Amino acid sequence: MTPRVTFAVAARVLAQLRRDHRTVAMLVVLPTLLVSLMWWMFTDSPATFDRVGGPLLAVFPAIIMFTVTSVAVLRERSTGTLARLFTMPMAKLDFLLGYAFAFALIAVVQAAVVVSIALYALDLDIEGAAWQLGVVAVLDGVLGTALGLFASAFAATEFQAVQMMPAVMIPQILLCGLLVPRERLPGVLEAVSDVLPLSYAVDAVAGVAAGNGFGAGAGTDALVVTAFIVAALALGAATLRRRTA
Amino acid sequence: MMKNAVQCRSLVVVRGDREVLHGIDCALVTGSVTGLLGPSGCGKTTLIRAIVGLQAKVTGDVEVLGLPAGSPKLRGRIGYVTQEPSVYGDLTVTENLRFFAAVLGVSADDVDRVIDAVDLGTHATARVDQLSGGQRSRASLAAALLGNPELLVLDEPTVGLDPVLRRDLWDLFHRLAADGATLLVSSHVMDEASRCDRLLLMRDGDLLADDTPADLLAAAGTADIEQAFLTLIDRKTGAR
Repeated sequence: MTPRVTFAVAARVLAQLRRDHRTVAMLVVLPTLLVSLMWWMFTDSPATFDRVGGPLLAVFPAIIMFTVTSVAVLRERSTGTLARLFTMPMAKLDFLLGYAFAFALIAVVQAAVVVSIALYALDLDIEGAAWQLGVVAVLDGVLGTALGLFASAFAATEFQAVQMMPAVMIPQILLCGLLVPRERLPGVLEAVSDVLPLSYAVDAVAGVAAGNGFGAGAGTDALVVTAFIVAALALGAATLRRRTA
Repeated sequence: MMKNAVQCRSLVVVRGDREVLHGIDCALVTGSVTGLLGPSGCGKTTLIRAIVGLQAKVTGDVEVLGLPAGSPKLRGRIGYVTQEPSVYGDLTVTENLRFFAAVLGVSADDVDRVIDAVDLGTHATARVDQLSGGQRSRASLAAALLGNPELLVLDEPTVGLDPVLRRDLWDLFHRLAADGATLLVSSHVMDEASRCDRLLLMRDGDLLADDTPADLLAAAGTADIEQAFLTLIDRKTGAR
């Protein structure tokens, strides 16, 4: 791995995004719009919004980042740029971390916007600190990116990559505790939800929202999310193939 | 200096459950321009991908610049142009080249040199997806020239170019070879054969010939390469 190459990849990904206003709008504005929609839906029961609003701050950024990242990587395959890069002195981790850093920066902007709007415009009530909610939202966006990078190894085309979103993310959304608290799931499903990254992403947000700050529980969940990010990147590097059929 | 920049021995490639290269033996002479000719689907791209180290399921021996193909030490010493654009459409020509220069670790000055080499100076600040097909393939070629690689592997670099540009690019290829680089240039257009120092003729995953154009014509007893190609095929099928 070479920092020069990693940062060249990150800067290039950001330069491409700067040209693509629609994708930037999608990344930054869409989570906010979706959370606002939920707020509107629960106008008559603000307590429900307080319960689900936080976890949605984890779920929406992760889904959107997952989709954008997995398609972006497949685009590098289909246009031949990945093949060219693989003949150059670029480690697979340079490529993956370059994407991860670039999208982490976007995740910071995304989290800042969605958390500010949720807390100050939509009156989402949380017990914990706003900055901790922001940190967890960034981690969740980066988690989406890391999972997208890993999943892209299993898709041969962009067409297949977009199909990864429902396959990989929807089961996690169903089991993450948003619909049914995880401890009330049937035993087998609870065990499954225990090994899914989004469960910990939602637990971390719920923990901060409930006032259990990083010192009391939410910190552990945030660390588990970080571990999933590292693992997804490592697996991504292991499954990304220089030689293909 | 080693005589052959690339040496393939009994190269076999399997894709899916089909063998697509059936034991190729060939060499690229250092400092030469070798044409890789054959009809579409004959295995040219697979051979190229085996040489640059991106092809899976390769058996036999492929030695590139004295190292096994795909060796990490070769990265950056080979310039590769795929048939796809292999440049970023949403970036300008200069932005693309600056990025690849940064990955290679070559100076940003090299970017101006390669833009001049492919005559894209007037389009340096244009977004690649707004260029014509020919301009885009020249942008891709420029990226392959960064850092003066010792081996240039170009998969159909002249497709869709007008005759003047094609001539200019072939002149460039020979200048690079005169400076010591080795070039492998694939084409399915037989009339580009006469521009090469050596030729590899392929058909259905087999190598029909590895020779100079003159010797090839003499051996086949024909006046042009297309005719020589047909004669070689007839001899081969007749011999079976």
